Amino acid sequence: MSDIASRVKAIIVDKLGVDETEVTTEASFTNDLGADSLDTVELIMEFEKEFNIAIPDDQAENIGTVGDAVSYIEENAK
Amino acid sequence: MELKRVVVTGLGAITPLGNSVEELWKNLVDGVSGAAPITRFDATNFKTKFACEVKNYNSNDYFDRKEARKLDMFAQFAMIAAEQAVQDSGIDSEDIDHDEVGVIWGAGIGGIQTFSDEIKGFVKNEENPRFNPFFIPKMIADIAAGHISMKYGFRGPNFNTVSACASATNAIGDAFNLIRLGKATAFITGGSEAAICEAGIGGFNSMQALSTRNDDEKTASRPFDKGRDGFVMGEGGASLILEEYEHAVKRGATIYCEVVGSGMTADAHHLTAPHPDGLGAKNVMKAALKDNDIKPEQIDYINVHGTSTPRGDIAETLAIKEVFGEHAYKLNISSTKSMTGHLLGAAGAVESIACILAIRNNIVPPTINHFEDDPEIDPKLNMTYHKAEEREVNIALSNTFGFGGHNASIVFKAI
Repeated sequence: MSDIASRVKAIIVDKLGVDETEVTTEASFTNDLGADSLDTVELIMEFEKEFNIAIPDDQAENIGTVGDAVSYIEENAK
Repeated sequence: MELKRVVVTGLGAITPLGNSVEELWKNLVDGVSGAAPITRFDATNFKTKFACEVKNYNSNDYFDRKEARKLDMFAQFAMIAAEQAVQDSGIDSEDIDHDEVGVIWGAGIGGIQTFSDEIKGFVKNEENPRFNPFFIPKMIADIAAGHISMKYGFRGPNFNTVSACASATNAIGDAFNLIRLGKATAFITGGSEAAICEAGIGGFNSMQALSTRNDDEKTASRPFDKGRDGFVMGEGGASLILEEYEHAVKRGATIYCEVVGSGMTADAHHLTAPHPDGLGAKNVMKAALKDNDIKPEQIDYINVHGTSTPRGDIAETLAIKEVFGEHAYKLNISSTKSMTGHLLGAAGAVESIACILAIRNNIVPPTINHFEDDPEIDPKLNMTYHKAEEREVNIALSNTFGFGGHNASIVFKAI
């Protein structure tokens, strides 16, 4: 697993209080990991902080799974 | 329309004197002080370096991590106190119509720590403003009532009262009145506060409202003593289940006592100072007695607001003397804030519990920390100094007064 993927995973485990094994690439924040709309916004903010990037709202809307988040950050992190 | 009778069928508390009702009551009767140096933040540079904190508090003992992060500590205390009261009363039983059970909670401030943390974060990065999505729903005072309703599915009337240090008494009074009017069968009511943080201590410090007796914090809360120099901040939550009498009897609930009066008035005088003659305080006690035509002579115990501030304590004793006349000298009076500190918006709930258990046990908890009489306070009033007193307590009254000139009183009677 890439460094980015493991950091993303750690944030999700911490914020959503889920077990590490549940955080698979395909897992959806809302459907599989129990996040509501506010949790999802918070996750995006945590990714921004951790990777020092700004994720515009229209891009954030497309980040629905763990894999989406990792690919977005891999492409945009400095 | 005939008004319904209202009784208390459950109690819960997490306070500086204990994290259960039993522990709170034992320490109140034993005259224990809850004051100690502040641990919630580094208070080295603050004028006041002590407070009455809830001891050994770890949110993980009560909530999972995800839940805890969404709850400011004031809401955590609300959930904990409410849970104890709900369990005590059995009001969440499946046979009870959850549409008829409401929640009215009191908090004077709400999520001050959350507010302060978010603003600190914003100031660090003003060009890219970012606020946590839970900032607002964590901070707003009404969220306590919302959380409690969601946990149990209680769909009756639901709101928070905000009247500074009178908040919980206003909440209990509203619950009492709504049940009397038949608007609900039962309420989870009470109050909570968690303001022992930089903004809370610093803010009250700058009003010179807090005691600065840093070298002797356990004797700092000394209501009616000549040397009193301000209140001691407390934190925590307390909850009461109020229920319509027939409903409680029918389901075989344990009934602690009856609620027989509530009063609400304003000083209409000053932002923070009490009316010097205790005008609002006088009117609010009269109003509370009027609900059921209770005569002043019928009152046995008054749990006073008595915060240990120079002017407030004098005004309240003047009001008591005027309302009760000669009977004022036959009353037992005490300020349990001498032990718990001042729980602000939660004070009325903790002190209601003190009144209810005084009635149940026929024991009046004391006013501790009395060293020297204040010539401006009538020495013939029995403030129950130093030690709890056994006496028959049939009817007890609790006063709370808040910044803004809000006054609220509530009266409990043995059943």
